[in-house]
Amino acid sequence: MAVLELTNIETYYGPVMAIRGVSLEAKEGEISVLLGANGAGKTTVLKTISGAMEPQKGKITFRDQEIQGVDPDQTARMGIAHVPEGREVFPFLTVEENLQMGAFSRGDSEVQQDMEMVYDYFPVLAEKAKQQSAYLSGGQQQMLAIGRALMLRPSMMLLDEPSLGLSPRLVSEIAEIIERVNREQNMTILLVEQNAKMALDIGHYGYVMEVGRIVMEDTCERLKSSQDIQEFYLGVKDEGVRGRRRWKQRKTWR
Amino acid sequence: MEVLQLLVSGISQGCVYGLIALGFVLIYKATEMVNFAQGDLMMLGAFFAYTYLNLMELHFLVALPLTIFTMAILGAFTERVMIRPMIGEPHFSVLMLTIGLGFILRAAAGAIWGNEPRSLDLPYAGGVIDLGGLIIGYENLVIVIGTAMLCTLLFLFFRFTRLGIAMQAASQNQLAAFYVGIPVKRIYSLVWAISAGISAVAGILVAPVSLIDPLIGFIGIKAFAAAIVGGFGSLPGAIVGGLIIGIVEQFAGLYLPTGFSDVSAYVILLVMLLIRPEGIFATMQQKKV
Repeated sequence: MAVLELTNIETYYGPVMAIRGVSLEAKEGEISVLLGANGAGKTTVLKTISGAMEPQKGKITFRDQEIQGVDPDQTARMGIAHVPEGREVFPFLTVEENLQMGAFSRGDSEVQQDMEMVYDYFPVLAEKAKQQSAYLSGGQQQMLAIGRALMLRPSMMLLDEPSLGLSPRLVSEIAEIIERVNREQNMTILLVEQNAKMALDIGHYGYVMEVGRIVMEDTCERLKSSQDIQEFYLGVKDEGVRGRRRWKQRKTWR
Repeated sequence: MEVLQLLVSGISQGCVYGLIALGFVLIYKATEMVNFAQGDLMMLGAFFAYTYLNLMELHFLVALPLTIFTMAILGAFTERVMIRPMIGEPHFSVLMLTIGLGFILRAAAGAIWGNEPRSLDLPYAGGVIDLGGLIIGYENLVIVIGTAMLCTLLFLFFRFTRLGIAMQAASQNQLAAFYVGIPVKRIYSLVWAISAGISAVAGILVAPVSLIDPLIGFIGIKAFAAAIVGGFGSLPGAIVGGLIIGIVEQFAGLYLPTGFSDVSAYVILLVMLLIRPEGIFATMQQKKV
């Protein structure tokens, strides 16, 4: 069942059309993956879902409710946790306060319990609980951002390039956590990534974006074995392909 | 003794500057806008206190909280109708808007309460304590105590309450605050309310010392200098900057030729900008683009 469904979304930055009619869906309990190069519009898709940007056209439904144009604090209350790219923590608050802020919109008394859960996922955060988060390393800040999103008790998470700027070991660590959250909490996840290998390894269904459009979609298994994906995103090339791509042998541009 | 006497009046004057500077800094930290009508909000607070105390003859323990409450509502209202539609517009437009707001408030106050100076009927005004030759007026004492109490209260609020921490969060990273479900727009209204409430306190405190008229808000410019000296964006800095300017002003009034008292605030500002442009308490991180 689709938890989140985008139908023909068009979003502009001023006069620039960043998304040109995107339709996609995220199924309950699955990791959906959105791949694409820089400037393809992946981040804009997530911002449009969470409400940081307003689509000019199209419809977004989340659990049978239309949410296009709803403010981000409201979509957060509905259960969509957006983890923006670039480890956006609250730099002068401690790790613990950051996590508490994640639960800001909740009125229940189980915040402490969830904090333990986050510390269980990320033991390193428990060690640094009283430290200002500005002094965490990049990887730890990314963990904090994910942990803070979990504090919302969301029913769906939007992850924007969690692997950005992390060492390969940390990338696989984060990937493991994402998989674990998905499995243990049956969390629906929409994952935006440039690290196609990591994303396709943990994802169930994938979309490929190019200049504001979805150009390909399939299960992650089949995407992995697709020629184009291997060539453009996974860096697998055979000699023959390489040879033909030499510019001297091309007769025309385009 | 003369030095001590000057110090006392300098501190009490400095507290008033500090409180208005606090209002500047709060709004700047939260919304990155500078509200140049801050001094005029103080003037308005003083006039509301005048209305409740002198005209309606309420007990001052009722009238003062009522004044602060009225100003807080007015602050939130201003944010909602004037400032929020300007989100995303250039900073300069917002700046012009608040300067314009200052003009409107001064004219309105003149029209409603008249332009002649008024005094506030506060029960403590006029009394003095004599500490072996050092004369401290009750009103000066109240200014210092009131400022200290307000600062403690604000510190506790920002450090320990959920809402206070959420306000810090919203000022540190607006988008992330949105994403975790903090209602950032309502937080902004609240910041304006608190800031207007603080300037109301400043207005009440300063009223027994200098009479109230629609132009007393111009000390807001000196308070602005105080905020910069303290390091724009630092709450303790605002108070310290206010104190420095208040004290230096008093000494300049006595030991330097006539006129230096009024310009000393700006001299300090210029010197500060030359030797340490980030201010005494520079807490602002480099702005991320």
